[in-house]
Amino acid sequence: MLNFEITGSNDTRSGFGAGLLEAGKRNPNVVALCADLIGSLKMDAFLKEFPERFFQVGIAEANMMGVAAGLTIGGKIPFTGTFANFSTGRVYDQIRQSIAYSGKNVKICASHAGLTLGEDGATHQILEDVGMMSMLPGMTVINPCDYNQTKAATLAIADFEGPVYLRFGRPKVPIFVPADEPFVIGKAWHMHHGKDVTIIATGHLVWKAVEAAQQLEAEGISVDLINIHTIKPLDVDAIVKSAAQTGAVVTAEEHQLIGGLGSMVAQALAVHQPTPLQMVGVNDSFGESGTPEQLMKKYGLESQDVYAAAKRVIAMKK
Amino acid sequence: MALCRSTWLSTLFNKAPTIAASAFSRCNFAALIAFSCLYIMKSTEELSGIAQQVRRDIVRMVHAVNSGHPGGSLGCTDYFVALYFHILNHRPDGFDMNGHGEDLFFLSNGHISPVWYSVLARSGYFPVSELATFRKLDTRLQGHPTTHEGLPGIRVASGSLGQGLSVALGAAQAKKLNGDPSIVYTLHGDGEIQEGQIWEAAMYAAHHKIDNIISTIDVNGQQIDGPTEKVMSLGNLRAKWEAFGWTVCEMEGNDMAEVLKGLTHAKSLTGQGKPIMILMTTSMGKGVDFMEGTPKWHGVAPNDAELANALGQLTETLGDY
Repeated sequence: MLNFEITGSNDTRSGFGAGLLEAGKRNPNVVALCADLIGSLKMDAFLKEFPERFFQVGIAEANMMGVAAGLTIGGKIPFTGTFANFSTGRVYDQIRQSIAYSGKNVKICASHAGLTLGEDGATHQILEDVGMMSMLPGMTVINPCDYNQTKAATLAIADFEGPVYLRFGRPKVPIFVPADEPFVIGKAWHMHHGKDVTIIATGHLVWKAVEAAQQLEAEGISVDLINIHTIKPLDVDAIVKSAAQTGAVVTAEEHQLIGGLGSMVAQALAVHQPTPLQMVGVNDSFGESGTPEQLMKKYGLESQDVYAAAKRVIAMKK
Repeated sequence: MALCRSTWLSTLFNKAPTIAASAFSRCNFAALIAFSCLYIMKSTEELSGIAQQVRRDIVRMVHAVNSGHPGGSLGCTDYFVALYFHILNHRPDGFDMNGHGEDLFFLSNGHISPVWYSVLARSGYFPVSELATFRKLDTRLQGHPTTHEGLPGIRVASGSLGQGLSVALGAAQAKKLNGDPSIVYTLHGDGEIQEGQIWEAAMYAAHHKIDNIISTIDVNGQQIDGPTEKVMSLGNLRAKWEAFGWTVCEMEGNDMAEVLKGLTHAKSLTGQGKPIMILMTTSMGKGVDFMEGTPKWHGVAPNDAELANALGQLTETLGDY
């Protein structure tokens, strides 16, 4: 049965905040920096517990990335916190030279990613961040789907040596990942086994994909459901195996189609296992103001859109 | 303790800082000053000799690959030699990225890599012969400094300007967290401080009272498109940095005795709650008459005749690589 128990509702950024506090307790080298968004990033608990290991940088994200790179020289494990837009596009060159090319153990933690930031509009709704970060050699890119997975991911990256981009969001969403589900960087979570169509989802689209899969299964269509939380390095093996079995693939993400999960899955399939593919994501467009729900509907990121994509791709099978 | 491989210098350099430190600890300032004068007088000549060799290395390196940045490198040679052969407490043997218990240096204007590579090699971080690989395929001596190829002595990539101060501040804060009393040094071009990130970092350093950093700006008044005054006037640098909460010193950067005095003085100002900035006046291309005082040699290599001319003005004191 494709059945995931919803155990509550919370924002993924709170999962980050809880994970950061726990990581700080486990390892005295964990330090945190924030660019004037402590409350938004849920970093208050860490600040309260470890004030001497917390660095307020003010509204100066470029400096924050550099200071974080420097803190690694001396053995610290810095976690930077700001919105996804200011964590990537605004500071791309700082990340490129001082962190990625220099191989620094910095954890770039980015909240309010994507359309679900809502009313603030397109200036803050970054939909290109996964692409930018994934292009950087040596960068690990993770986009967890609920509170539990974000907390687990935060703890996992603290133990992982190397630069990481961790992307999460603002709205409260269902909690459905079991709290004891192991989080392995670079390893897909195979949520449900099926034979007719593969659905591969990341971030907030994972729950939408669950709802779509339930609808498809109710119609007798067997769904292979895969959660890709680590977009880079991509678990190509899991994707190719599933595609070989179902012969039809759908991807779903809260990001541009160009440069996101869909692009990367398409690349992997084209090289290893050419398979009919449909992609759910934002199609070369900026966002706009609105409630998260309105925006997800307008830009085609609802469970109905994943469902429709699955029907289309099944029709493409010979 | 500086551990220099150059045998003709090692005895003097290994002992002098210890004597100086003990003079400090006893607060015997008269003895310290007397000692310092004697020491600087004795060593200045030898350091100037090293600087001659480093300048030869610079022009030979850029000539060999017909690319690179000789102008700023030559202008900052005396600073680098004073730093690596006298001021820094560092371990050229067994380079450690974290640098616990060592002073650290960050070059923010990474394009003057030739002078840094020469000084790193001459002070024992890697074989001097490796200078011949500068900017060539598969080299550890990339056009701009990088950690990517594992070259000992480099702790972060630089070249895209304006980033080094932030990184150095992070490293300085890590030292404080680790209870390490060592000092972090940085060097910047004067044109470089047109980058906005420098001023973000300047504000940050004062706010967090990062007083274990000594930054230096190479004030040579030149950048690629011409004099800084014409391209983008820097205004009153002392007033700017003081307004940002830094202690500001000035230093003549092409006089070895003045550089030693200036860096030693700056060191005495650490630990007082404020970051330290040295405004260092230099002449771009110093030591090679036809390269001096012009932005023309910012990123241009000499041809064969120009190399011969340049080498004729610089004494080979340690042996060419």
